[in-house]
Amino acid sequence: MVEFGGFDMPLQYSTIREEHIAVRTRCGLFDLSHMGEVRFGGDRAFDVVQRLVTNDVARLEVGGALYAVMCNDAGGIVDDVVVYREADGYMVVINAACRPKDIAWMGDHSRECAFEDIGDQVALLAVQGPRAVGLVSSLAAADVAELRPFHSMDTQVAGVQATVSRTGYTGEDGFELYVDSVGAPGLWDKLLDAGAAEGLIPCGLGARDTLRLEAGLRLYGQDMDENTDPYSCALGWTVKLQKGEFIGSAALAGLDSKHPPRRFVGIELQGRAIARHGQQVLAAGEPAGEVTSGTYSFTLDHSIATASLDGEVPPDAELAVDIRGTVAAATVVPLPFYRRPKGA
Amino acid sequence: MADLSNYRFTPSHEWVRVEGSKATVGITDHAQAQLGDVIFLELPAVGTEVKAGAKFGAIESVKAASDLYAPVSGTVAEVNAALTERPELVNSDPYGEGWMLRLANAGDDGGDLLDDAGYAKLVGA
Repeated sequence: MVEFGGFDMPLQYSTIREEHIAVRTRCGLFDLSHMGEVRFGGDRAFDVVQRLVTNDVARLEVGGALYAVMCNDAGGIVDDVVVYREADGYMVVINAACRPKDIAWMGDHSRECAFEDIGDQVALLAVQGPRAVGLVSSLAAADVAELRPFHSMDTQVAGVQATVSRTGYTGEDGFELYVDSVGAPGLWDKLLDAGAAEGLIPCGLGARDTLRLEAGLRLYGQDMDENTDPYSCALGWTVKLQKGEFIGSAALAGLDSKHPPRRFVGIELQGRAIARHGQQVLAAGEPAGEVTSGTYSFTLDHSIATASLDGEVPPDAELAVDIRGTVAAATVVPLPFYRRPKGA
Repeated sequence: MADLSNYRFTPSHEWVRVEGSKATVGITDHAQAQLGDVIFLELPAVGTEVKAGAKFGAIESVKAASDLYAPVSGTVAEVNAALTERPELVNSDPYGEGWMLRLANAGDDGGDLLDDAGYAKLVGA
């Protein structure tokens, strides 16, 4: 068990490799109740949320969700979030490690609407993998298989009231289930029971990290922080300057989105040594940036990493990573490292 | 459970089995369990002199990278080549197929090796 954002979390239930492969080939169950949730309500909720995040909340219909980042006035990332439009407001999902600062930041900027930290009442279970949709569908009262990606609906799963969302952090199809924390342990047991025949196993933080990195998804605090602008970690697609003024928009408008201060890249390494957060990246032998996240890819069977390079490093530079004194050659590859097979 | 009466252990979780002037070195079951899936080993070349208590290599799992320390001094006579392709042998059989080095001229042990019972006590087993 490890301490994470005030929660005791299992790094692994069996082994990271076993859990990783279960999610890629069958399905895995994650307890993500450490994630924070906040709710904005009232007439001005739209204006408040639209000002807090970079993406355009106006395009959300009820039940829709989007990924966004929340910036400070300087354009630095305060957190990365998922925004859900509900019938009478918005639910925003935040990182556990950012919860105290996010609550303070969002609280300061939501004086015109109702704002509530519901993180302690809300538990979050995720079922991810090629068999996840079939499994959850078999237990749900409504036809959740019809949900499109980044859409959610309220229904019952195994008799437990849940908001079922077609989202995840693994690169696989699947659902995230937001439930009242009182009902979560019962739902966890029912999912494990019903999923046993499908090969469902519980998965910890270790596999969550190897899966998200293969899928090219960012981890706040490692791949980005308040000194990183969205363009510098290849999240420019979440920035919608045309939607009008929002917190950080002036600073972001002043950046060249095509040539930001830092360049975020995926790299593959020769050999099995793992490049880790903070290790130095070299271009033609000279310091050129650092590794933001790295792991061994159980799907690809080699070492993968993401790196933040100085904006001046030429795109065709020969890269290497200094792994504890050993220089390992690295090749820039497009993100994500892994994309699930079409139709799966 | 393997019979470990012929094994001696370091406080840094390596084991050694000495037979005359020869010695075999690996890491303990407790160490492999703490590391989780072993991905990569950095081991010395045959002929390298290792010194009791000094770093002889490194081991990496998804969770962490750790240095490896020699339980005894000696000359590397053989390196377990199977670990290059199958480092997971360290997880599945740490006292057998997961061995790392065979040393010749095994000598000085630095004086802080533990026996089976002493090591079990150290890791609270």
